[in-house]
Amino acid sequence: MWRAGFGPSADQFKQIRNQSSGKLFRSMLEACQKAPVLFDVADSGLKAMVMAARNNPFPQRRNFSPEEKKDLRKQSVQDIKTLNVRWLQEMTDTDAQLREKMSLFWHGHFASKTANIFYDQELLNIIRQHALGNFRDLLFSVSKSASMIQFLNNNQNRKDHPNENFARELMELFTLGRGNYTEQDVKESARAFTGWGTRLAGGFEFRERQHDPGGKIFLGRTGNFSGDDILEILLGEKQTAIFITRKIYRFFVNDQADENRVSELATAFYDNGYDIQKLMESIFSSDWFYDDINIGAHIKSPVEWIVGIRRQLPQDIGNPEVQVLLQRLLGQVLFNPPNVAGWPGGKHWIDSSSLMLRLRFPQIMYSADTILATPKDDDDLMMGLLEESARRRREMNRAGQIIHTRIHWETCTDQFRESKEEYLIPDIRQWLLQCGTAINNDSLKSFLNLSGRDSLIQSAIIRIMSTPEYQLC
Amino acid sequence: MLIKRREFLQLGSLATSSFLVPKFLKAFEGAGKLETGNKVLVVLQLSGGNDGLNTVIPVRNDIYYRERPKLGIAKNKSLTLSSEAGIHPELTCLKALYDEGNLAILNQVGYPNPDRSHFRSMDIWQTASGSNEYRNTGWIGRWLDAQCDHCDKPTQALEIDDMLSLALSGDRMKGIALHDPARLYNASRDPFFRQILQSGNAHPAADSNNYLFQVMAETISGADYIFEQSKLHPSLAAYPDTEIGKRFKTIASLICSGINTRVYYLSLGSFDTHVNQEDRQQKLFVELNAAIQAFVSDLKSNHRFHEVMLMTFSEFGRRVAQNASGGTDHGTASNMFLISGALKKAGLLNGMPDLSNLSDGDLQYQLDFRSVYATILNKWLDADDGKILGAKFEQMDFI
Repeated sequence: MWRAGFGPSADQFKQIRNQSSGKLFRSMLEACQKAPVLFDVADSGLKAMVMAARNNPFPQRRNFSPEEKKDLRKQSVQDIKTLNVRWLQEMTDTDAQLREKMSLFWHGHFASKTANIFYDQELLNIIRQHALGNFRDLLFSVSKSASMIQFLNNNQNRKDHPNENFARELMELFTLGRGNYTEQDVKESARAFTGWGTRLAGGFEFRERQHDPGGKIFLGRTGNFSGDDILEILLGEKQTAIFITRKIYRFFVNDQADENRVSELATAFYDNGYDIQKLMESIFSSDWFYDDINIGAHIKSPVEWIVGIRRQLPQDIGNPEVQVLLQRLLGQVLFNPPNVAGWPGGKHWIDSSSLMLRLRFPQIMYSADTILATPKDDDDLMMGLLEESARRRREMNRAGQIIHTRIHWETCTDQFRESKEEYLIPDIRQWLLQCGTAINNDSLKSFLNLSGRDSLIQSAIIRIMSTPEYQLC
Repeated sequence: MLIKRREFLQLGSLATSSFLVPKFLKAFEGAGKLETGNKVLVVLQLSGGNDGLNTVIPVRNDIYYRERPKLGIAKNKSLTLSSEAGIHPELTCLKALYDEGNLAILNQVGYPNPDRSHFRSMDIWQTASGSNEYRNTGWIGRWLDAQCDHCDKPTQALEIDDMLSLALSGDRMKGIALHDPARLYNASRDPFFRQILQSGNAHPAADSNNYLFQVMAETISGADYIFEQSKLHPSLAAYPDTEIGKRFKTIASLICSGINTRVYYLSLGSFDTHVNQEDRQQKLFVELNAAIQAFVSDLKSNHRFHEVMLMTFSEFGRRVAQNASGGTDHGTASNMFLISGALKKAGLLNGMPDLSNLSDGDLQYQLDFRSVYATILNKWLDADDGKILGAKFEQMDFI
């Protein structure tokens, strides 16, 4: 459940105990069959501004005064935070766990950052619609999304001045992987994508006059290829299926890829015409998925970790943006990947500061305490907007940020009502951890609040969440 | 790196007797002090893209004054370095260091195919990569990896901050980030964490779990060690009451304690002066100047100045021409400062920027920053620069 989703929810203890993993997975898959509810969080004033300007071919450069531009940017940054929190809520609440998890994978695979709420939202909605669908549809839609076109400079890719950024990353990071194409292939395919553009409110636009319709030689083939043709050729390469499958394997199964399994899965993926759901079914219904070597081998990403805690401890967060602060401190902010290669993941999530914050956070949350840390500035997002006075206040007032949260303990404690006294702690362990901890029950007990059954359960949950093993799944 | 089960058992038995003291710290108990001649590097990152041209000013260059009618700093306002160069009027301490031969200035430092995104360019500087490759480890982190092939000494590189920068993150080793020694110590004190380490790792065969235990043990023992050291020789010197001042004070106290740390990392920002540059840069320089002044004089009075090298950098400079909002936009190459009592060559090492040969309104880099790193790694930290940087870069002669 941790791999195909974000961990069991507060009332699923009995279900995971009594149901076979096969049955569990089938019910998770069923929950994903409905189309997702698309997000729409952009501020209404911002929408009106953008709608008014939408017919201008280069709206960013004209139409807005410097003041308006500043307001636009500020509101957009604010709305992206709202979108971030909204998506976390969806990951926490939805039964379509696998879809949102898969979307998180694609969000890292098709990494983009634009500081434009419309672009970010459009790309996320594309990803969520196709997350378990067909990789061909996903690749085409993402390539034509405003976010990708802007982030990888296809907007500036013109017949007389080709810009190779998109063409290069398309092959290096989205389809083939390094070493499977030449510099010449990059140059030629960049010409095929000339004329691909977008508008301020999002949406694809083909600018015929900027397109280079001439002949191109790409991966050994010759023709007057368009951008669509290039994508088709790349999908025709089996290497694309291998590259994608390996990345999925490393994300969902084990950071150390088993090349034989990857090869088997990739062949089936290719033969199925890139059906993502079928690929995921064969992974999660295989026996080897449950091999010892794969259990507890994955270090939870900050987002998996935050959502996992929220699923197991349902809570109302009075200041939900504190979750964005946590993401920053832990090194994974949605819509803000480090670069087009996405988050490196695995051991890269963990250093002394991030681990200590993870280990201490359950206690901080429990006692509604202060997160005593300030993240680094992000100059790309602030764009010089942080006023000097605000900077000074920040510098001098490093008191940290309080998390205002109320945990609904009843839901948690209820599910252990039938647990006998001596099985209580083992049951809680089983619910929280994928692999055991060495700390024994007696030692653990000396750190718990034994004044009553509920407080025992609560303190046990908080303590077990504060172990290194809770970082794994 | 794997911590073997046996080593964990050893660790556990130590913990019951005294404190949790892993093997590597045991080694320090006898010889607490750094051996003399053990050199320390302090890296100061000027975040946001510092305008190099208004830091070291080409006072005889007409192009400079033509492109910056409003922002250009007049010759008689700047502090004179040479007939060609002045330094920003607030950087009085750097002017004094220049005059005494303890400041080296490098101009037009950058890299090929510059990137104008803060994050990306900072990544390039921190990982010492080319602009066409993505690396997941930092240059100091890889130095830690190379340095500690068979040991674990995470306190060899410290960042004075709440978060660790990519620069200090290696494949197997990572530096420790701390806002201050007491806060780190308090965060690590929970007896529950010590109990976890004593109980040991239930899955010694699992790589991820081993890694978590390793980082946890290193952090907690490192926190103890740093905290103990920080109390040995607390700096009595007066530092400005600013965040950057406090951080330099923490570093000076640790250097003088004889801790095994060889690299410190800290940052100041934001220098992203699109708007109202004059005011913003001036305020930041006032803070910077006062902090460096206190730091250098503290080191001097403790006879450590010749063992410490302070290096500054920024992810990029600004465009040559001013913009319409009293600021400058993202540019390319910028300058670096090297401050130490042990410089073999000081002053303006590579002349002033060439403003007549711009690329699209931007300076073209003349010196690859990785040459500076290579020199420091090789001659200051006695490391294999080629291995750490992944390629050989020309050695310079300031050390």
